[in-house]
Amino acid sequence: MSSRHKHHQTYTTKMASPDESTVNVSHVGRKKKAPSRYWQELQQEKDEAKDAGAGEGNKEPTTEEAEESKTPKQKKRKFKEKQDQNQDKKCISGKSDPFPGKARIPEDRLQKFKRKEKIKKPPHQHYKLRTMIARSEEASEMAQKQAARFDLLLPEEAGFLEGDEGEDTCLVSQEDIANAVDITSGAKHFNLKLSQFGPYRIDYSKTGRHLVIGGRKGHVACIDWQSKHLMCEINVMESVNDVKWLHSESMYAVAQKKWLYVYDSNGIELHCIRKFNDVLRMQFLPYHFLLATASATSFLQYLDVSVGKEVVAINTKTGRLDVMCQNPQNAIIHLGHPNGTVTLWSPNQKEALVKMLCHQGAVRSVAVEKNGTYMVTSGMDKKLKVYDIRAFKPLKSYFLPAGASCLSLSQRGLLSAATGDIVQVYRDVWSTPVTKPYMAHRVRGTVWGLHFCPFEDVLGVGHQDGFTSMLVPGAGEPNFDALDANPFRSAKQRQEWEVKALLEKIQPELISLDPTELGHVDRATFEQKHEDRVKALGFDPLAKVKFIPKFKKKGRSSAGRVEKRKKQVAHEDQRDIIRKAMEDKRKTEEERKNKEQKKTLLSSQKSALDRFKK
Amino acid sequence: MKVKVLSRNPDDYIRETKLDIQRVPRNYDPTLHPFEVAREYTRALNATKLERVFAKPFLASLDGHRDGVNCLAKHTTSLSTLLSGSCDGEVKVWNLSKRECVRTLQAHEGFVRGMVVRFCGTSFFTTVFTGLDHHQKEGVFATCGQQVDIWDEQRSSPIRSFTWGVDSFSSVSFNPVETELLGSCASDRSIVLYDMRESAPLKKVIMTMRSNTLCWNPMEAYYFTCANEDYNLYTYDMRYLEKPLVVHMDHVSAVLDVDYSPTGQEFVSASFDKTIRIFPKDAGHSREVYHTKRMQHVICIKWSADSKYILSGSDEMNIRLWKANAAEKLGVLAPREREAANYSQKLKEKFQNHPQIRRIARHRHLPKSIYHQTKELRVMKDARRRKEMNVRKHSKPGAVPVVSEKEKHVVTVVK
Repeated sequence: MSSRHKHHQTYTTKMASPDESTVNVSHVGRKKKAPSRYWQELQQEKDEAKDAGAGEGNKEPTTEEAEESKTPKQKKRKFKEKQDQNQDKKCISGKSDPFPGKARIPEDRLQKFKRKEKIKKPPHQHYKLRTMIARSEEASEMAQKQAARFDLLLPEEAGFLEGDEGEDTCLVSQEDIANAVDITSGAKHFNLKLSQFGPYRIDYSKTGRHLVIGGRKGHVACIDWQSKHLMCEINVMESVNDVKWLHSESMYAVAQKKWLYVYDSNGIELHCIRKFNDVLRMQFLPYHFLLATASATSFLQYLDVSVGKEVVAINTKTGRLDVMCQNPQNAIIHLGHPNGTVTLWSPNQKEALVKMLCHQGAVRSVAVEKNGTYMVTSGMDKKLKVYDIRAFKPLKSYFLPAGASCLSLSQRGLLSAATGDIVQVYRDVWSTPVTKPYMAHRVRGTVWGLHFCPFEDVLGVGHQDGFTSMLVPGAGEPNFDALDANPFRSAKQRQEWEVKALLEKIQPELISLDPTELGHVDRATFEQKHEDRVKALGFDPLAKVKFIPKFKKKGRSSAGRVEKRKKQVAHEDQRDIIRKAMEDKRKTEEERKNKEQKKTLLSSQKSALDRFKK
Repeated sequence: MKVKVLSRNPDDYIRETKLDIQRVPRNYDPTLHPFEVAREYTRALNATKLERVFAKPFLASLDGHRDGVNCLAKHTTSLSTLLSGSCDGEVKVWNLSKRECVRTLQAHEGFVRGMVVRFCGTSFFTTVFTGLDHHQKEGVFATCGQQVDIWDEQRSSPIRSFTWGVDSFSSVSFNPVETELLGSCASDRSIVLYDMRESAPLKKVIMTMRSNTLCWNPMEAYYFTCANEDYNLYTYDMRYLEKPLVVHMDHVSAVLDVDYSPTGQEFVSASFDKTIRIFPKDAGHSREVYHTKRMQHVICIKWSADSKYILSGSDEMNIRLWKANAAEKLGVLAPREREAANYSQKLKEKFQNHPQIRRIARHRHLPKSIYHQTKELRVMKDARRRKEMNVRKHSKPGAVPVVSEKEKHVVTVVK
């Protein structure tokens, strides 16, 4: 039984003095607690002894008896207090709640849902704005708390792989993992032996259910990889540079030798886009419905797939573009160049937003983390570097003996790097210095395409000899949001999602480095407008009105006088006296100090006679 | 080796039978929902566009009068009943839900100028005087013409008459909360306030032009709004008549009638320029304008007691029924529908100041004549302002002070 509850009992048994209750009941808070008296302690001890002996039911009659002997007013007060206490403590059954009140939310969960810092409140005269800000902040705080509370209830937990003592996780083979886990998960590790048309580029759809692979020599196949159902398989009879799913699993784009083609999931050619030639790499921006392509002729082009129009074509003037990735947080395209730079592009600017010199040699691969905080690059100088792309600062640099040709980042921040025919997976590359990989796996040929499957612990590897699906525990986000990407959605749900997604397609003009820019206050425009307004009106309508005192004949506290009084310095006469007194004090203090110093100086010089001093 | 791999049981994510609703597991993690602001903005833009698409405020036209509709009266207890009086002395009682005339009476020989329903809802009063209003709780009513008279229902002569050197009054109105107070608009450009219990009027404010009607704010009954001949409406605080609180501009001709919403947040005005405008109570410009090709000078206007509809009576013998919120869906809303409407309303509010959204939300089609008149008025106003600025520039500092729009229209206050 909690100590608070004991207090409660003391008070119910000993009703004789009305003051007692106010002393004991501590629902107000710690501050107002009255000093404890010696008799209370005694009483408490007695009660504890009683508690040990008898249950709660026995005490009922005593309280009733005591209550009868009291005045109605006191009774009423008692009753009210009792009710208050009962509200937060007792259930109907009479048992006390061991965890009263709402459950506490862990601080880190709250932090996860925090959108921005609190706003500094405007001064009191803008009371309407103040209340508005206060109200909106209250609402957002509530939303944050609710979301954090809901987060505790999420059903799935992330995967993991832990070695026994002395066992290295990177030595665990895929077969071991597949044997150790349940049969459905084990089936997610498989090999497709396609040695004829390799090497393969791969791409998973946004929900992670569908896989498209494109062989260098023209073989393109769509697979529902979990059920291993082949949706279509075609040979385009041309070299294939890249494949990419569009917004849903019904359409994908293939960058072929000359043009860009769009096929549907039955393998029927929907479009041949002649405006996009020699495309080497592609990225799809799902919320903007934009397909960004990088070509051998150094053009970065954006295709709006919802209307089928080219949005913009940017000549980057940097040569062949075969390293490309997108920042999923702000839809900025990152391009890697042979001279070691990485450039950032948006469709709204013909020049690069940012140019970063990342490597000594050419950049081989770039990947950006889901939150848009970190960028990982690998170059011909055999280095793997981690950058903070909010501050454009290098964080870590690793040396890989063979250099990484392909990079891919998973939803939970695992980094996979392909060196030749070995795929290595690293954990926490940005926070702690990594010495050895989390996992490693050798495939049958040089790796050409590397992609983590969203919402699954699976890494897809496209290589010379076909396709390998690897199990990487802890890679995927365990809890998906069905309104965003639902791997289990039905055809009807997909249709509905498609309509909704198209309705809230973000315009390409809104792509910028800071995705929250739209929510900021545009002060510059306001100032410009205000200036124009002042010019048109001939006076400033927002200027503070000069105080005009009311004309009053009598009284000391007329508005004008009050104002005058405010302007005067308070206690001017006294201030002089105080100032003088302070000065004097300072002087005497200084003198005293000087004297003391002299004394110490004198005393420090020891004379021969000092030894006789007592 | 300890290993766990993500493995979801499809039974937890797929509905069991086709009769169930689909399962929609959510995860509110912000990193799974990028571009929050941009997506919300897009939604807000769509909601604003849809609002404009669905803005169909006109509901019905009630025809049957054989002359211009001169006055309307809301029934005090029945939402669906409306009374109207026309210029040929005919009074019609309408059933609004059926949109048909229930009764027709020949009340007077000439104009029915004023009409009011008694607070109990059992009887109504009509008058050939210029204005009429009934007390909220007692059997007392007020008329105005040459003077303001207070009548007892049981007596044949007025119990009190007020004059203040004025030859005629155009309207009189009882305060809905301080029930003994009255306001009236006089032809000498003044607005006069009375206390029924006193023998003399309280005070008056003289403006530059005549006010036609006056309406009290039903929630904050110390505020009233008057419709003025100078195309503007003025909201006054009864206690400080020196300066109106707000000048409501936008009409391009004399404003003839005004009525408050029962919420006290908005009011509607009828004008000689053949339009109806809805103003928020503290905004200088209207949020909405209603017009049709056939509607002529709007003489009288009423806001229905459930605050959802607006009724207008105009010169060309018709009474028109409008929605107060042009894009609102009438009838019972399904819960999801209501939720969606609330959400889009909030989004519109949140992004209302973004230029794109503001432009779409503000866009109204106006008849050519009104559009051009508005333009012309703006040019005239600018010219006047420019001239004043130039005069100020070339005179002694302080000699030509800046007079705000609010101060311009009040001549004096007499107590």
